[in-house]
Amino acid sequence: MVADDPGVAVAEPNAPASSLSPEIQIGLYRQMVRIRRFEEKSAQAFMRAAIKGFCHLYIGQEAVAVGALSALEPRDAVITAYRDHGVALARGTSARACMAELLGKQTGCSQGMGGSMHLFDREHHFYGGHAIVGSHTAVAAGLAFAQQYENTGGITLCLLGEGAVNQGVFSETLNLVSLWKLPIVFVIENNDYAMGTSVSRSSAGLPLVNRASAFDLAGRVANGMEVEEVRAKVAEAVSLARTEHLPTLLEVNTYRYRGHSMSDPDTYRTKQEIEEHKKNDPILRYRQKLEEREILSDALAKQIDAEARAEVQDALTFAEQSPEPDLALAFSLPFSPEDQIDPIPRPRYSDI
Amino acid sequence: MAKITYRQALNQAMAEEMERDSSVFLIGEEVAEYQGAFKVSQGLLQRFGAKRVVDTPISEAAFSGLAVGAALYGLRPIVEFMNWSFSFVAFDQLINNVGSLRFMSGGQFDLPMVFRGPSGGGTQIGATHSHCPESWFAGVPALTVVSPAFPEDAKGLLKSSIRSNNPVFFFEGEWLYGLEGEVPDAEFLTPIGEARICREGADLTIVSAGYSTHTALSAAEALSASGKEADLIDLRTIKPYDFDRIAQSVQKTNRLLIVEENKPFAGWGAQIAYDVQRRLFDWLDAPILRVTGLDIPQPYNGKLEAQVLPNVERILAAAHQLLA
Ligand SMILES: Cc1ncc(C[n+]2csc(CCOP(=O)(O)OP(=O)(O)O)c2C)c(N)n1
Ligand SMILES: [Mg+2]
Repeated sequence: MVADDPGVAVAEPNAPASSLSPEIQIGLYRQMVRIRRFEEKSAQAFMRAAIKGFCHLYIGQEAVAVGALSALEPRDAVITAYRDHGVALARGTSARACMAELLGKQTGCSQGMGGSMHLFDREHHFYGGHAIVGSHTAVAAGLAFAQQYENTGGITLCLLGEGAVNQGVFSETLNLVSLWKLPIVFVIENNDYAMGTSVSRSSAGLPLVNRASAFDLAGRVANGMEVEEVRAKVAEAVSLARTEHLPTLLEVNTYRYRGHSMSDPDTYRTKQEIEEHKKNDPILRYRQKLEEREILSDALAKQIDAEARAEVQDALTFAEQSPEPDLALAFSLPFSPEDQIDPIPRPRYSDI
Repeated sequence: MAKITYRQALNQAMAEEMERDSSVFLIGEEVAEYQGAFKVSQGLLQRFGAKRVVDTPISEAAFSGLAVGAALYGLRPIVEFMNWSFSFVAFDQLINNVGSLRFMSGGQFDLPMVFRGPSGGGTQIGATHSHCPESWFAGVPALTVVSPAFPEDAKGLLKSSIRSNNPVFFFEGEWLYGLEGEVPDAEFLTPIGEARICREGADLTIVSAGYSTHTALSAAEALSASGKEADLIDLRTIKPYDFDRIAQSVQKTNRLLIVEENKPFAGWGAQIAYDVQRRLFDWLDAPILRVTGLDIPQPYNGKLEAQVLPNVERILAAAHQLLA
């Protein structure tokens, strides 16, 4: 499974974490390494100004997306905020399509129109990449609503930063999903900071999981540096959503190693604090665990790393060599073609 | 005169007004400890303390509404939006409350508040972060809309806006923050509603505001090299805009070109074009032209974004069409 399709880990909801197959364990490890290498490559590309605008790296948080998405089925829907590269990769979007989008190329998963913060991949049921904080949480409820409406058996996984919980729309959404019993799992990626604001300066009533109780959602917490724990907790929530239509709010504690975005001078915390967290590095920890279990040899770890490096270098080369989108493409995108009514005139008011 | 940046000019304006009037306070995301997402509030926390420089959670609707309440009660809030594109989660507060409360209460309450932050594109941060909502807010009767292009005006207009007893929506720009210019040392206020003439010429009139003024200036210089001279009017205030200054110029040049970054449909330039044709029809030798943002959401790709924004090329093409 891992070698064939490094993007999507197949769910085995009945297997408790301790009894994950070696293939799944290696798959989780590989996926985290891929994301780390991809993000390091993105950082380099940003420094060379090949990537412009905002670029928010996922380094340090890999276990969250990898663990959470490994508990899903292909029919499930995934949606997240702008720190989305790792989520798209874990969902199965190719490194090439992600990197090309970061470079604004036509071969990017959003054809160069969205950029780093707006990765979309319909084929993999990945509904973005959203850059207005909190806004996508209501959209997530809509995905779950449609899944229930159409009786697809799918559920929606919505990732959000801990800073997003203070947007009004998130509270409104928690009420709706609980009231209407929508099949949804909210994963708060609590990395301690929203830009320069620590969670204790932004939020009353900590821990954040408490916000579940006001609306009668299942509330859970997980250590976001432990990929198997994230996977297990999400699997439990997914099963609640899928079989009983009970929404869950899962608070996952994690940490970002880099600045908020590539442009953040990161002066609001000490180097020491960052170093402390790095001791809990999710990839390092998992590697040790797999070595203890004698599932991962040094040689295999090196091979996985080499493959990930090659994959992201290939992605960057592909992106660099890809064509830029043109205005004709851009103008073809705002409107869907009609098929149930006569076409609607679409004058370009800037050309008149 | 001292040479300072647009960013420093805004910073000085807020500091001077906070010094002068203890009811003025600044509220927004990352304005205090982080010193502002774009460092516009640098040093204000240290100088005025956490009571008057207030960091908020990411809750635009709540802190905008809170500012409305504080203004009703008599304070003079300055609300910083990290980006005007984020103000839309507070749209209800801005339109229904800021736009209506004085009127609906029969004039009992004042709303002496400023909402400010950067708007516009050009930094490749995509469609959701690059809006020019100036015209949307200008459509609300009770709102005043200001958009300075130069450090001096940024300072003088922000001071006037803070002292105004009415809500002022103040539009800055990421590209403008680093721009340097001479600013008087002595205290001054720039009147709201008065345009600035940036350049004089008899062949055509160009009207613009905010960052577009700098693009228009480059175009006017290129035009001058080809022997045609433009009057360039920087609006500074979009609503109420300085019709008289435009009229004076159009009566001299008989040709009007409007450069605005927002999307074309019902942009503020359309209002100006309507007013000018309505009142100065006989003075016009050619149809009024507008150069606007192209009529699509802002693309991330840099080459495309440069085409979507008003640029020198498109302004020159329009100018030549007007002069033909
Ligand atoms: C409505 C809105 N307000 C402000 C911003 C600016 N902004 C972007 S990211 C961010 C911090 C969000 O932090 P968090 O939700 O914890 O996510 P993290 O960056 O830690 O992944 C802010 C304030 C925005 N994009 N949208
Ligand atoms: Mg965070």
